[in-house]
Amino acid sequence: MKKKIRLIARLDVKDANLVKGIQLEGLRKLGDPNGFAREYYQQGIDELLYIDIVASLYNRNNLSDIVRKTVDEVYIPVCVGGGLRSVEDVRHILSMGADKVAINTAAIKRPELITEVAEAFGSQCMVLSIQAKRSRLWPGKWEAYYDNGRAHSGYDVIEWAKRGVALGAGEILLMSVDNEGLQRGMDLELIEAVTKAVNVPVICGGGVGCGDDIVDAAKAGADAVACAAVLHYKKETVPELKEEVLAGGVEVRRV
Amino acid sequence: MKITVIDYGLSNLLSVQHAFRHFGAEVALVNTPEAVLAADALVLPGVGAFRDGMAGLARLGLIEAIQKKTAEGTPLLGICLGMQMLFDESEEFGTHRGLGLIPGRVVKIPDTDVDGAPQRVPHISWQPLYPAGGREDFSGTALAGVTPGQECYFIHSYEAKPAAEADRLAVTMYGGRPVCAAAMHGRVLGCQFHPEKSGPVGLSIIENYLKLCQA
Repeated sequence: MKKKIRLIARLDVKDANLVKGIQLEGLRKLGDPNGFAREYYQQGIDELLYIDIVASLYNRNNLSDIVRKTVDEVYIPVCVGGGLRSVEDVRHILSMGADKVAINTAAIKRPELITEVAEAFGSQCMVLSIQAKRSRLWPGKWEAYYDNGRAHSGYDVIEWAKRGVALGAGEILLMSVDNEGLQRGMDLELIEAVTKAVNVPVICGGGVGCGDDIVDAAKAGADAVACAAVLHYKKETVPELKEEVLAGGVEVRRV
Repeated sequence: MKITVIDYGLSNLLSVQHAFRHFGAEVALVNTPEAVLAADALVLPGVGAFRDGMAGLARLGLIEAIQKKTAEGTPLLGICLGMQMLFDESEEFGTHRGLGLIPGRVVKIPDTDVDGAPQRVPHISWQPLYPAGGREDFSGTALAGVTPGQECYFIHSYEAKPAAEADRLAVTMYGGRPVCAAAMHGRVLGCQFHPEKSGPVGLSIIENYLKLCQA
C-alpha cells in the first residue's frame, strides 16, 4: 500500500509574531501568524501547528486569541503547544478552538500529565512533543530536550516516545533540533527509529527544504511532515510541495 | 434556520459552530433535555471515549430526549464520537450502550493491515469518501456536494459497523479494509470524519445538511 502523509504548517509564535530561527536560535520576526495560517489554508495545507515558543519559560500560553481568530476562518485541524502544564490549561485552549495539544516540557517534568490529558479529552487530543538532539554521550542515540531546545532531560528519545505512548499519547510530534531551520533535509535515522518503536502516528519536523525531503521522510516512516521555513520564506507553496510529494510516489491529500 | 448543538462537556465546539454560522444558521449550544426537545435540528459533536460521552449525555438526562426527538423525525448529525454514539453499543473500554438510533456496533480498528503489517492506531488521515449501501453517488444526501474520491479528515481509534448495508452512506479505506465513513438511517446522519475540519469539501456537507434540515 502506498504511504499517505499529512502536510502540516508549523507556526512558531513569540509575542503575537510568527518567528523562525535556525536550530531554534536567532529568531526572525515574520509577521502576523493569522495571515500565514489563512494563506496556507487557502493553498491546501492539511493541518496547522501553533507553538508558543517562549511560553514554557513564562509558564503560560499566549495563543488563545490567535487560535480563536484562526478557527473563525480556517476549517482544518489545529494543534497547539507551548507552556501547557495542566488539564485546565488544555481545557482552555481546546475551548478556544484547538483540536489537539502538543506537550513537551510539562510532560518531561511530570509524565502523569500525559495520562491525565488523554483520560480527560481522549488520546487523539494528546500529542507528545519531542525535541530530539543527537547525543554526544550516547553514540547513535538522541536525547529529548525541552524549554524550546535549551534544556536536556536525560531521556533517550526512543524510550521516552514508547513511554509516552504507554501513558496515553495518541500521536508524537518529533522534531530534530540538529536539522531545524537549515532546510537541508530531515534526520531520517531518527524518523526511522521512532516510527518503528511506536504504533501511533508520528509527525516529523526539522529540516524540510523541498518536496523531496518530505518524500524521504515518508519513506523513512513519517505519517505527517511539519514544514516551516520552506513555506514561511515562500521558497515553495503548498501545491508545489504536494506535487513533488505525489511525483515521489507518496500519497497526500489532493488540492 | 436554527441548529441546536448538544454540549455535554467534551471538546472543541467552536469549529462546528463557526461552520454552521458560515452558512447563515443560528447556532445554540444546549445541555438540557428541554432545549433538546425544543430543537428543529440537532448536532451531536464529540471527541474522546465512548463511555465518557454516553456518561455525559446520561448525567444531563439527554439520552431519552435525543431518542424521542429523532423518533419524531427531527434531523440529527453526529460527528466522530457523536457518530459512534448513534449505534447500539461500543466495545471501547468494555461494552457500553449507545443511543441505539442506527443498528450496529462500534469496534476497535485493527492494529494490522489486510496484509498483516502493523498499522497506526489512532487512524489520523485525510481519506477519500466513496458511496456505499448500494449508492452510485451521494445525490439526495448531505454528502451531495462531495465528488466520490474527495478527502475528509479522520481521527479515530474505533469504527462503526452498521448492521444494515443500506445504512452505510460512505466508506473509506484504511489498511486495505473498508471503514464506515458516514452512516444514515432516516433523518439521522453520522460522519466518522470531521466535516467542520475538512476544508471546502467538509463545508459543502455542512451546507447541504442545513438545506436538508430546512426541507
